[in-house]
Amino acid sequence: MNKIVMGLNGNEAIAFAVKQCDVDVVSAYPITPQTIIVEKFSEFIADGEVKCSFIPVESEHSALSVCVGAAALGARTFTATSSQGLALMWEMLYIASGLRLPIVMAIVNRALSAPINIHCDHSDSMGCRDSCWIQIYCEDAQEAYDAVIQAFKIAEHEDVQLPVMVTIDGFTISHTLQRVEVLPDDVVKRFVGVRKPVEIEIPGMGKVPMILDPENPLTFGSLDLYDYYFEHKVQQHEAIEKSRPVIRKINDEYYEISGRRYGDGFIDGYGLEDAEVAVIVLGSTAGTVRSIVKKLRNKGKKVGVLRLRTFRPFPYREIVDALKDVEVIGVMDRSGAYGGIGGPVYVETLAAFYNSKRKPKIINYIYGLGGRDTPPALIEKMFEELPKLEGGEVKFLGVR
Amino acid sequence: MSTFRFNIREAARKPLGLLPGHRLCAGCAEPIVVKQVLLATRGPTIVATATGCLEVSTSIYPYTSWNVPWIHVAFENVAAVASGIEAASKILREKGRSKYDHIDVIAFAGDGGTYDIGIQALSGALERGHDFLYVLLDNEAYMNTGIQRSGGTPLGASTTTTPAGKVIPGKPENKKPIADIVVAHRVPYVATATPAHYLDLIRKARKALEVNGPTFIHALSPCPRGWRYSESLTIDICKKAVETCYFPLWEYDNGVYRLTDRSLAIAKNPGMKKPVEEFLKVQGRFSHLFTPQNQWIIKRLQEYVDAVWENLKSKCENV
Ligand SMILES: Cc1ncc(C[n+]2csc(CCOP(=O)(O)OP(=O)(O)O)c2C)c(N)n1
Ligand code: SF4
Ligand SMILES: [Mg+2]
Repeated sequence: MNKIVMGLNGNEAIAFAVKQCDVDVVSAYPITPQTIIVEKFSEFIADGEVKCSFIPVESEHSALSVCVGAAALGARTFTATSSQGLALMWEMLYIASGLRLPIVMAIVNRALSAPINIHCDHSDSMGCRDSCWIQIYCEDAQEAYDAVIQAFKIAEHEDVQLPVMVTIDGFTISHTLQRVEVLPDDVVKRFVGVRKPVEIEIPGMGKVPMILDPENPLTFGSLDLYDYYFEHKVQQHEAIEKSRPVIRKINDEYYEISGRRYGDGFIDGYGLEDAEVAVIVLGSTAGTVRSIVKKLRNKGKKVGVLRLRTFRPFPYREIVDALKDVEVIGVMDRSGAYGGIGGPVYVETLAAFYNSKRKPKIINYIYGLGGRDTPPALIEKMFEELPKLEGGEVKFLGVR
Repeated sequence: MSTFRFNIREAARKPLGLLPGHRLCAGCAEPIVVKQVLLATRGPTIVATATGCLEVSTSIYPYTSWNVPWIHVAFENVAAVASGIEAASKILREKGRSKYDHIDVIAFAGDGGTYDIGIQALSGALERGHDFLYVLLDNEAYMNTGIQRSGGTPLGASTTTTPAGKVIPGKPENKKPIADIVVAHRVPYVATATPAHYLDLIRKARKALEVNGPTFIHALSPCPRGWRYSESLTIDICKKAVETCYFPLWEYDNGVYRLTDRSLAIAKNPGMKKPVEEFLKVQGRFSHLFTPQNQWIIKRLQEYVDAVWENLKSKCENV
């Protein structure tokens, strides 16, 4: 395998991946803790290391709008943001997916105001759960690099044609220097190729590329009322369902060029073969949980961890299957659940099991809001406590 | 320097950019302006449109009135969308992935989408210097949502959010000087236009397209529904707007201001200038001003129009 080792933090790893992916238009706006991505990419542009149009816009809303316009012309586009920036983009998220534009966006997870807080939790990206963006939550800088490269291929796949978010935990991953193995430029370039717009059949025009093209004038962003809107939304539903085999396949193909793969592309388990108690977690906290699982297993405890990599599409079958012998499941959510049954990952997990034959006890742990530390000792206590619980509890881990 | 000469015979043969069958109201000025602007195109062109009457009435799925590649994204961001299209078109050409040597990008937006909710995206795109033409279709209110006031609504006009009431007689504020705000960005070309002065409009649109950089045309776009007049009067009202100097025709071309068309004639022959009442009295949205207790509003409007006109003349090199 081609091994080039670099010392990069998560943001730099993302910027480096974008540089290698032959992206045509990047548009972004600064916000902590995402800013390094934009800065690093600006350096690549300033030093002529990448042939790309970089549009430093006046707001995140415009950043995604620029990507929408550029992607509609057939360009490969990228943007990145966090927290308030993502909140400001909200209107455009639904438009990007509704127009079926394969934009890739890095989200450096950060808590939402108020109170204002720059540190990590997942309430920003979880807030766009239903925007029809594929969401990949990364565990470390290495995965961030790998996932960005995969994301372009997933987004642009002819069966998918949907935008993809790649998320990393603010500061914990974004600002922490890590060992990252990168691929040679030409290997990445070959892997992602050049964006090929899909062709569609238009009555009277024949097969034409689905882009803004003066030779084949198409109309994008029509007014679409009760007679067709519903069908178009169902097509989006079908597209994200079709992304499942694509995500799996690209995870495998990526293994061929890099020697790295992330479980089946959706979930990554450890100790689940014989676990009686398991924890579901996403993002950087998975590493802490895994280390505790190792420690407890060394003591003979039957515990395991399931790291969730994609929250959208939600791998409900894979989860039920991977936890088929587990009796107690702790679901860790790093975002609030105001007025609901529990956090977003918890609710999805409950629903996944409701539709299966099995009814394990499932407990929700809301943790790490606003960057609150979740040290190993807390995780260990959670594993001790889990077998004693009834199921259905919503607990706040690490709150005073 | 533009070598463009508008030829009506050639124009008649040019395929329409906006086809008949759209659902804008009879008498609406918006499609007239759009067709005139699209007569000025010089080659491959892409059109972006903000949310508003033009968008909803020309793109009802599964039909489209657009004979050019067209995109609508949202209300406040057409300038950002146009930025993305322009940037992509340039980089794809540099990378050898475009069939075209050049693509002109035109953005259309209403006054709501320009003076108010879209001004941030517009200002950003102007400052970044994207090569595109932005056409403001100014019907002086949010028509698509039912005639609500905007920053472009004039003093005294009755709208559904500034109704002519017993205590407050229509909109209390003056119109925002949007074209001046655009000029303040030091863009290469800014002009005003109306569909009644179509040679002037088409010439300006072509000039704007030929300029490399952001350009802006502020087109008055009377709306029979919102302005409360009979749909046959649209062109007439445009003429009155110019004859009263309520809406002077001018251009700002690389630092030089010039009056154009009828407005130039008025400047040279001040006796031609008509009182603002001529423009107001044919429109129902101003009818409440013609009562004794509201006469002061007409007076204030006239003072405002006069001040803007005098100031404009003082800036123009051709008067
Ligand atoms: C963010 C957002 N806010 C509000 C609206 C509702 N809306 C749609 S069109 C419109 C008014 C459009 O007015 P203008 O830009 O003047 O165009 P016109 O219809 O008058 O041509 C409004 C308020 C919207 N679509 N999006
Ligand atoms: S309401 Fe006014 S602006 Fe809208 S289509 Fe009708 S005439 Fe035109
Ligand atoms: Mg309007």
